[in-house]
Amino acid sequence: MEKIVGFAYILGDDINTDDIVPSHTLTMRDTDEMAKYTLEFIDPNFTKNIDQGNIIIAGENFGTGSSREEAVNVFKVLGIKTIIAKSFARIYFRNLINLGIPGITLNWDEKNFSKGDNLEISLIQGLIFNKTKGVKLEFERLPKFLTIILEEGGILNQLKKKLEK
Amino acid sequence: MGHTIAEKILINHSNLKNISPGQFIDCDIDLIMVHEQLGGRIHKEYEKLGIDYVWDPDKIFFILDHWIPAPTISAAQMHQDCRKFAEKYKFIHNFGYQLDRGICHQVLPEMGFARPGMLIVGSDSHSTTYGAFNCLGTGIGATDVSVVFATGKLWFKVPESFKIMISGEFKKGVMAKDFILTLIGDISTKGAIYKSLEFHGHGAKTLSIDGRMTVSNMVVEAGAKFGIFIPDNKLESWLANRTRESYKLINPDNDSVYEKIFEYNLSEITPVVAKPSDPGNLAGIEEVQGIEIDQAFLGSCTNGRMEDLLIAAKILKGNTVDPNTRLIIIPASKEIYKEAIQKGLIEIFINAGAVIGNCTCGPCIGGHLGVLGPEEICISSTNRNFKGRMGHPTSEVYLASPATVAYSALRGKISDPREVL
Repeated sequence: MEKIVGFAYILGDDINTDDIVPSHTLTMRDTDEMAKYTLEFIDPNFTKNIDQGNIIIAGENFGTGSSREEAVNVFKVLGIKTIIAKSFARIYFRNLINLGIPGITLNWDEKNFSKGDNLEISLIQGLIFNKTKGVKLEFERLPKFLTIILEEGGILNQLKKKLEK
Repeated sequence: MGHTIAEKILINHSNLKNISPGQFIDCDIDLIMVHEQLGGRIHKEYEKLGIDYVWDPDKIFFILDHWIPAPTISAAQMHQDCRKFAEKYKFIHNFGYQLDRGICHQVLPEMGFARPGMLIVGSDSHSTTYGAFNCLGTGIGATDVSVVFATGKLWFKVPESFKIMISGEFKKGVMAKDFILTLIGDISTKGAIYKSLEFHGHGAKTLSIDGRMTVSNMVVEAGAKFGIFIPDNKLESWLANRTRESYKLINPDNDSVYEKIFEYNLSEITPVVAKPSDPGNLAGIEEVQGIEIDQAFLGSCTNGRMEDLLIAAKILKGNTVDPNTRLIIIPASKEIYKEAIQKGLIEIFINAGAVIGNCTCGPCIGGHLGVLGPEEICISSTNRNFKGRMGHPTSEVYLASPATVAYSALRGKISDPREVL
């Protein structure tokens, strides 16, 4: 699996699914339109500030709340490659992997990451290289079957291949 | 080594004889509940699989509840997409047209679909509610729903279990909501991420089925995967009126292993609220009483049941809501609504100045029937008080028991229901 490269974008603790996808956008049929409202209440300039390929660095309990998978999909639409958090809410973590976005659990502090740091991540080695700060951080690697789901670009791609056989 | 309830039920749905926490396993799903999410991401994702069937149309429970009747054109279109899918794949338990039924987590158990020993998943995080019926219920996202639709299977990580030993009995004016808010406040909204909570002890048996549903419903607010009650006679007599299907009660082994054990005496629980904007932001009623409110909401999958309406009626009977406060009451299901009419509760509510809504999630998600404006304050019997949850991002929500909600509506400010009960 290729290494993931991108720039850090820092978020706080307990970012919930209503923060990520406010309820008033949930019935929108156009996912690009829905993504425009991502984090609008807590980080109003989020969609302006991030670039394709950003890596989100978050605190505890990321994605707590609803089962709404839109809360992963809007990040996918916005080009977010990976989310690193101190901990993930259960449903949110499943939704990330299912949509092919790596969720990395890492107990980090402000010495490890700043906004805009240039990061290189190896899921296979369980290693994050912060090129800007020149530090390497190890994380607990995902179980192999989850890594395979990510390699296949999400669980539905994997399932489709199985069903076609 | 013995097994907890969660482990036993997961074993029964896998091809394994022995499992331990942390292990990844594949399980057969007994039932899947879907609501409006079917018309959100699910139908689009499922069509990508290119198959023209679902694994078992008899094991899918489909109901619309979040935005009914449709308050906007986009909600109406979402409902159309849902119904089209349910018809195309020949769902047997299709309540997509029956907008009178109520909220998924209330209607599904009422119809006898949640029975001891089952493994149920739903496209809604509050699917943990089914744990009140001694089965495993948990929420999943749209892609996982698609996997279940296609295969009837899902991977699970076997959770560690927490044992919650409950003794005592509530004093007057204290409800199951006060207990679960206290528990979430104590362990925090991240205190039980991925864990299975098992509710034991004589105190658990004193809780009504309605109260147990409130507790199981909100375990997800502490991050939990399941919230299961030990079975008892109360559960069996409830089920006797609901189902003719056979079931086996699931008790944990005597030597089952728990990661943590908590003890609670219900007689020591007092009325509490969760302050904005986190369900774990616990405060005793003494700390917040007197805060003026604009709206009070009694309803939702957490607290729209008969026990909740009865206590509200007791408080509201012969009184009128504060002139500067709006009270909205929504029974969680048609069955409850009808019983409330027969018992004269709806007349009491109307005479008190409450607005009665049709059975829907409505205001809980800021969807319709009571959306909050800028800087408005609401006391609510619901489950989440996240920023902007019920409306404008500057509005604030205090989560509380139905008794506290009803009495606060009368006084126009957060008030201690023990004063009148």
